[in-house]
Formats: sequence, C-alpha cells, structure tokens
Amino acid sequence: MKETFTKAMARNIFYGGAVFFFLLFIALTFDTVQNLPKRDHRENITDSVVRGKHIWETRDCVGCHTILGEGAYFAPELGNVYQRRGPEFIKGWIKSQPTGTPGRRQMPQFNLTDQQLDDVVAFLKWTSEINTSHWPPNIEG
Amino acid sequence: MQYKSQAVAKPYFIAAIGLFVGQILFGLIMGYQYVVGDFLFPLIPFNVARMVHTNLLIVWILFGFMGSAYYMIPEETESELFSPKLAMLMFWVFLVAGALTIVGYLTVPYATLAQMTGNDILATMGREFLEQPLPTKVGIVIVALAFLFNISMTMLKGRKTSISLVMVLGLWGLAIFFLFSFYNPSNLVLDKYFWWWTVHLWVEGVWELILGAMMAFVLIKITGVDREVIEKWLYIIIAMTLITGILGTGHHYFWIGTPEYWQWFGSVFSALEPIPFFMMTVFAFNMVNRRRREHPNKAATLWALGTGVMAFLGAGVWGFLHTLAPVNFYTHGTQITAAHGHMAFYGAYVMVNLTMISYAMPMLRGRSANSRSSQVMEMWSFWLMTVSIVFITLFLTAAGILQIWLQRMGSSPLSFMATQEQVMIFYWMREIAGFVFFAGLVLYIWSFFCKKGEALVAA
Repeated sequence: MKETFTKAMARNIFYGGAVFFFLLFIALTFDTVQNLPKRDHRENITDSVVRGKHIWETRDCVGCHTILGEGAYFAPELGNVYQRRGPEFIKGWIKSQPTGTPGRRQMPQFNLTDQQLDDVVAFLKWTSEINTSHWPPNIEG
Repeated sequence: MQYKSQAVAKPYFIAAIGLFVGQILFGLIMGYQYVVGDFLFPLIPFNVARMVHTNLLIVWILFGFMGSAYYMIPEETESELFSPKLAMLMFWVFLVAGALTIVGYLTVPYATLAQMTGNDILATMGREFLEQPLPTKVGIVIVALAFLFNISMTMLKGRKTSISLVMVLGLWGLAIFFLFSFYNPSNLVLDKYFWWWTVHLWVEGVWELILGAMMAFVLIKITGVDREVIEKWLYIIIAMTLITGILGTGHHYFWIGTPEYWQWFGSVFSALEPIPFFMMTVFAFNMVNRRRREHPNKAATLWALGTGVMAFLGAGVWGFLHTLAPVNFYTHGTQITAAHGHMAFYGAYVMVNLTMISYAMPMLRGRSANSRSSQVMEMWSFWLMTVSIVFITLFLTAAGILQIWLQRMGSSPLSFMATQEQVMIFYWMREIAGFVFFAGLVLYIWSFFCKKGEALVAA
C-alpha cells in the first residue's frame, strides 16, 4: 500500500464504516420489527402454540430437523410438515417412535401426552402459515 | 516468553486441544450415524452427538481465543497481566462448567436437563448452537466478563497498540452479542431474527476481528515486518469485514418470515464478504514474502499461510456459492450449508488458533521453536487435516447438489428420506475423510511429545 495511505486513514475507515453500517442495520431491524406482524400472523399465536414451541425446544428437535431451513440436516424439514402430512399423521408418527427398522435413522420416544402432542401440532401449524416468500421450493421441504 | 504471566496461556491451549479431540470423536459418531442410522441409538441419539460436537467446537475455540489473548496482551502492552490468579481461576470455572454441560447432555434426557437447570424460569435452550443450560450460559457471561476485566485492566496500564485494541474490541463484541442468547420470544420469527445476532455477528463479525488481530500478531513475530505496515493491513481488513458482514446478516433473512428487501441487502453485502478474506490471504503471503528475518518456527508460518487460504476458500468461496437469494432458495437447509460450515470453521477459527498455538506453545515451553523432526510431524498433520477437510467439503457439496436436484427440482421430487438413500455414497466417503482428519489430529498431538532432535533454545 502507498505511503500516502496511512494507518490513521485505515483506522478511520474501520471506525466510520463499522458505526455507519451498524446504525443502518439497527434502522433496518426497526423497520423489520414494525413490518413483521403482517408476515408472521402473531395474532394466531395461542397458548397452545407457545407451549408447543417450548416442547420443540426442550426436546432439541432442531438437533436433527430443520425448521424454515435452519437446524440439522439429518431429518426432514418441519416448517411445512403440517401441509405435507397433516395433524393426525404427525401425532401418530411421534407416538410410534422409534421405528426400530435396522440401519434406519431413529427418532427417540418422547412420551408426550395428548395435550402436548396437540401443542406441538399447533406450533407446527402456526409456523407453516408464516409468509416465507414461497420457501421451500416444493412440499418435500 | 518475555513476561512471566503469559504462562497462563498454556493450560488454555492444552484444554483447547483436548476438547478439539472430543469434538472430532463426536463428529465421527455423527458421520457414522449418517450412514448407519441406528448406530449408538438410543444411547447417543444424533441430536445429542450434534450438541456435543458443535458445543465442544465453540468452547475450545473460546479457550483458544482466551489463551491467545493472555499470550498476546502482555507482549503487546509490554506489561504483566493484571491478575494471573484471576485468569487461572476462570480457566477452571470454564473447564468445569464446560465438562458438566457435556456430561449433562450425555447422561440426562434433554427435557429433564432443561427442567433441572431452570429453563422454565428463563427458556433459552433447544436452539441451534445455544443449547447450553441456563447456568452454563450465565457461567459463560461471568467468565467472559472476568476475562475482559483482566485483559482491559492490563491494557489500561500498558502500551496501547492497534493489535491489542482490535483484539479487545473483538472480545468485547463477542461478550456483548452473546447476550442475545438470553432473548427467546415465543414468536419463532423474532426468535430466529435475533438468534442470528449472536450466531452471525459472532462468526461473520466480531470473531473476524479476533482472527485478524491474532494473525497480525503472529505475522509480526515470524516475519519481522514493520508494525505500521501490518497494522494498516489489519485495519483495512477488519473495516471490510464489518462493512460487508453486518448487513451481510441479511443472507439469513431470506426465508424466515422477514421482509423481502432482505433478499437484496443480504445478497449484495454478503456477496462482498469474501473480499476481507481474500485480503487476509494476500496479507499473509505478502508479509511472509517481505520477511526481514528467518524465524526457526516453519510450522507456525505454514499454519498462518494456511489460515489465509482456507478461510478464503471456506468462508469466502463456499459462502459465496450459496449466498445469492435465487441460489439460496434451492440450497437453504441442505448439505451445501454443512459443507460451507465445515470448511469455514476449520479454515478460519480452527486454523487461526492452531497458528497461535504453533507459535506460542514452544515459547511457553522455553524455546523459540520445536526441533526439526517435531516440526516436520506438525506440518504433516497440517496437510492431513487440511486436505481431509477439503475432501469432506467436496463430498458434502456433491451430496448437497444431488439432494437439491432430487428433492427440490423436477416434476417428481423425492421425499427427504428417499433422497438421503440416494446420496449415501457421499456420506460414506465423507466419513472416511473424517477418519483421515482424526489421524492428522493424532499426529498433531504426537508432535508435541516428539523427543527426536534438538529443540531451538530461545535466542
């Protein structure tokens, strides 16, 4: 680098750039948070959905599955599983785990009550109705 | 070693390497579960192995960062650490907290662990990478604050260089953005939005400041190039990092319910994120080529150059590969992400820590460099680990491309599980490459105990 470009100039670009873009990020975050209610339909977050998310977290579902594409890639995407499989299939599937098929990937048995199963389904149903800009590309997730 | 208190770095580095071994062992278990699905089930289900794998990675990299800071800061500030005792106390607190967390994951069902550790009071668990129980998260904050207090106090009483300033800035950022891990709203979209404030602003933000400072420190030592030149490079690189990386967070906001303008912000700014990594590569090679001394530690030089190249490939090129919104629409949540994750983490944060350890550990053991045969062994381990991570990445990329083709494109897409069957061959090859990586790691550790040849005594 040329001698005319000094360390002090480089330092100022760093501080200026960091502050400017962080402030811009905060402004965009503010706008995003303002606009989210139209896309996440939070009016539909019932107590059951809240409990369902808690069950989702405390069983570490995201350690195998993805939800809206985020998580582990060991098991199917569940953001749209409500449309793909429907509520009864989901509950029946969770209840019947593990399949015990030799060599097949296994899901643990979580011993959820009927109420808890309904909560998980409520959470997955609400999640499936978030406006995700048409992601995933198809029903297979 | 110029200052006595630098010695506290040694246990941090040893713990880092020990946890690294654990991380790789659990990686091998997961890799095997990818091909033989019921392996170790129900003893260690995949999600538990994954928590251990990723959490060990994070913890050992933090050990590496802290050890590096304890090594660097006394030399940079030309003064002894504010409190070596506090540093040692925090070492044990962090190690015990980390070990208890891992034992908890492995011995108690996760839901029970959550109940036992107060997750019903403040629910923070069960989110990717932030699976730690509440007491562990609080412990991380306490350790980080005590560490930052120690480092900052040392800086206040000594010389203030740009390298130490950038290092401390990065470490403060690390602590501050971790606080978002305590925010977990019941609205999944908001949860995800701010989850990235910890995850993205760490690895594509403040951690790069730490990486840059560590590289700059080692390059000054091994090349003898003028500090003014190196620090100018450092500022320009980290300026580009934050200019591109902060709004680059937007590449995570394409499909999680956030407004569609993020597709533009995310694509444009994250497409520029390879620039600072490319500059890092040029920087490393440039400084080594302009070196004013022949440092006897050739292994450390190799690690430093390797960090530049592999961080650019893994974080830069493999990141760019799937960062544009129209591409990411198909690649999001596939093995492509896993491919990128492996090479980026290895190339940037694993390698920069191994660079620092390679440079500092001989000094901490009272010599300027290890014996020739020990260095040769270390360089073999460099190539084994680096080449196998390249192959792991290539196999996962192949699996990802095939997965997208079969599951997400065409008129008769396969289901997730049917697709997994089709790409199995690549998972087998990835696992084999994983074993080669492990062999490299064993050789790496072996190189510390190599008795052959004369070690070079400090000049």
